[in-house]
Amino acid sequence: MRTPLTVKLFAGLGPRGWLAVAAVAFIAWVLVPMAHLMLPESHPLHVSTYAITLIGKILCYAVVAVAMDLIWGFGGILSLGHGLFFALGGYSFGMYLMRQIGREGSYQSDLPDFMVFLDWKELPWYWSGSDHFLWALFLAIAVPGVVAWIFGYFAFRSRIKGVYFSIITQAMTYAAMLFFFRNETGFGGNNGFTDFKRILGYSITAPETRLVLFGLSVALLLAVIILGKVLIASKFGKVLTAIRDSENRVMFIGYNPVHYKLFIWTLSAMLCGLAGALYVPQVGIINPSEMSVANSIEIAIWVAVGGRGTLVGPVLGAGIVNLSKTWFTTSFPEYWLFFLGLLFILVTLYLPQGVVGLWAKIKARRAEKAAIAASRAEVAAAPAPRAPAAESKIPNGTAAKGA
Amino acid sequence: MRVESSISRNAPADGQQEHWDGAASTGHVLKPGELDLSHGVMLYLDDITVSFDGFRALNKLSLQIDAGELRCIIGPNGAGKTTMMDVITGKTRPDSGKAFFGQTIDLTRLTEPQIAHTGIGRKFQKPTVFENHTVFENLELALKTDKQVKKSLFARLFGDDLDKISDTLRQIRLADQADRPAGLLSHGQKQWLEIGMLLVQDPKLLLLDEPVAGMTDDETERTAELFVSLKGKHSLMVVEHDMAFVEALGGKVTVLCEGSVLAEGDLATVQADPRVIEVYLGR
Repeated sequence: MRTPLTVKLFAGLGPRGWLAVAAVAFIAWVLVPMAHLMLPESHPLHVSTYAITLIGKILCYAVVAVAMDLIWGFGGILSLGHGLFFALGGYSFGMYLMRQIGREGSYQSDLPDFMVFLDWKELPWYWSGSDHFLWALFLAIAVPGVVAWIFGYFAFRSRIKGVYFSIITQAMTYAAMLFFFRNETGFGGNNGFTDFKRILGYSITAPETRLVLFGLSVALLLAVIILGKVLIASKFGKVLTAIRDSENRVMFIGYNPVHYKLFIWTLSAMLCGLAGALYVPQVGIINPSEMSVANSIEIAIWVAVGGRGTLVGPVLGAGIVNLSKTWFTTSFPEYWLFFLGLLFILVTLYLPQGVVGLWAKIKARRAEKAAIAASRAEVAAAPAPRAPAAESKIPNGTAAKGA
Repeated sequence: MRVESSISRNAPADGQQEHWDGAASTGHVLKPGELDLSHGVMLYLDDITVSFDGFRALNKLSLQIDAGELRCIIGPNGAGKTTMMDVITGKTRPDSGKAFFGQTIDLTRLTEPQIAHTGIGRKFQKPTVFENHTVFENLELALKTDKQVKKSLFARLFGDDLDKISDTLRQIRLADQADRPAGLLSHGQKQWLEIGMLLVQDPKLLLLDEPVAGMTDDETERTAELFVSLKGKHSLMVVEHDMAFVEALGGKVTVLCEGSVLAEGDLATVQADPRVIEVYLGR
C-alpha cells in the first residue's frame, strides 16, 4: 500500500508553503512579464531586461545552492566541486545553442566558429545529435549524473569522508577545467561557447524568450525545493540525516550508507546540470572558468550564509551573496574577494546556522524575553517573593540551551 | 581491495566443506544466507588474531556462543572486548582466524550492513543514537525491514510496525518521550533507546557493550530483567564491568585478558580462579 506521490506532495509542504509557491509563481509568470512588456521604461515599476537576466541567473544559482544543501546540509558531505556539474550541464546545453547559430557565425560555416578556426572539417563524434533540443537537455542531466555517479561510487565505497572528500572534489573540478581549457577537447578552449543566436528557433535576446527562460528558472527552483521537501520528509531523508549524524550506527542497523550517499550525490549533480542548462542561454556564455575552484567554493558559501539544513536558506544565501557581488564588482571590483572572505568568516563565527538561524535566534530571544517578563509578573503577584533573581535565571538558561 | 560478497553468494570456507555433506546427509536443507543453527552454535570464533601496528589486540581468541545463550564477557581494560565485537560486526577484519555466524555464514567476508541483516545487532559502549531524530524515528529507522534506497524513498509505516514500535517504547519506558529529540534524553535513557533499537531490529545475536554504564541502580535492575527475558529467544553477549549486574544476569562468564580467553565458567568459579584474581588484583 503506497500513497500516491501527489498526495505526498501536498502533505509535504503544508497550506502556507503552497500559498508561498503560488504567490511566487504568480509574481514570476504574471506580474513580472506584465511589468516588463506593458509598462514604459520610464515607469518606476518597469522591470528592465537587465534585472530579468540578473534575477534569472541568480535563480539558477539558487537551484545549485539547494542541490548543494541536499548533500551538505542534510547528507553532511561537503562538495567543493559542484561548479563542475553546473558547468557540464551548461556545456551540454551550450552545444545545442552553438548548433542553433547555424551559418550566422563569423565564418558562415555549418561548424561552430572555433572548429573552423582549428581547421576541423567535421563535427567530432560527441557533437552528434547536439542539434536536437531534447538530446541536449538529456545530456545536461545525464552527463553530470554519470560523472557524479562514477566519482561518488569510488569515493564512497572507499569510505572517503570529510575534508578528504572535499579536497578530492576540488581536484576533480580543477582537472576538468584544465581539460576544457584545451582547444583540442572540442569545447571552444578558454573562450568556451558564446554569441548564441537562437533557442528552438526563437531569438535568444527577444524579451519574450528571456521572460520564458526567467519563468522556467522560477519553475525549476520551486520544483527543486518541493522535491527537496518531499525527499527530506521521507524515510530516505531520515536515513540521510542519520548518516550525517552517526554513520556507524546507520551501518550497524543494516543500511548501506554508500547507496544512500550515491543516490543523493548523483541527484544533486543532475539538478546542478539542469540549472547550468538554464543559466547558459540567459547569461549568453559558458567557459571553463565556471569550473574554477573558487566558483565551487562560492557555492558552499551561499549555502553557509543562507543556512545549512534548511531549504529556504540556500536560496536566500545565493540571493544575498550574488546581489552583493553584483554591486561590489561594479563599484569596487578589487575588493569583492576580500568581502567574500570576510563574509564567510563572520558567518562561520557568528551565524553557524546562517541567515535562517539568525531569524530563529531573534524569535527565540523574543520568546525568552516574554517568558522572563511573565515569570517576573508572576513573582510580583505572588504574596511572598522568594529569590526572584534565581527564578528569572531558570528560563534564561533553558532558552539559551534550546537556541 | 575488498570484494563485495553478498550474503547469497556466501559459501563456507575450505575447511568447512565436509560439513556441507554432513548436513545434507542428515536431510537438513541448507539455504544460502540463512542462519543455520543445526548444531546449536550461534557464534563461533576460532583462533582470531588482530594486530594494530604490532600490538595484538586479539591473540588467538577462540569463543563459542550457543543459540539462546546469555554470555557475559568481563576483563580488564585493553583485554580486547571491543575489538572482538568489531570483528563480529565486520568493522575490523581479523589478520587470521575464523568467525562464523551459525554454521555457514562467514562474518569475515561480509560488510557491516550485511552482517546486521543476517541478524547481529550491536550496542556501542558510548550510547549512540540519532540525536537530531525523535525517539520514535530512532526506532523507526532501526525497524527490521528492507533497507534499500528504493524502499526508503516510498516507505510507509504499517499497523504492525507501529504496534512493534509502541510495544518497544513501553518496554524501554520511553513511551512518553516518543516525540522528543533523542539528544535531549538522559544518559541512561539513551542506553535504553539504543537497546530498544536493537530489539526492533529483531536480531538473533545481540552484542551489548557496557549496557548499564551511567544507569541508576533501579534502571540497572530493570535492564537485567529485560536481558534475562530475552534469553532463549535470542543469544546475548554482554560486556560489563558491573559485577552485581553480571551476577543478576546469571549464565556463563568469559574472562578476556590480553586478547585471549583466560577463564570460562559461572561467575563464582571464575571469581575463584587464581589467574583471574591475579589479573584483576595482582601486579
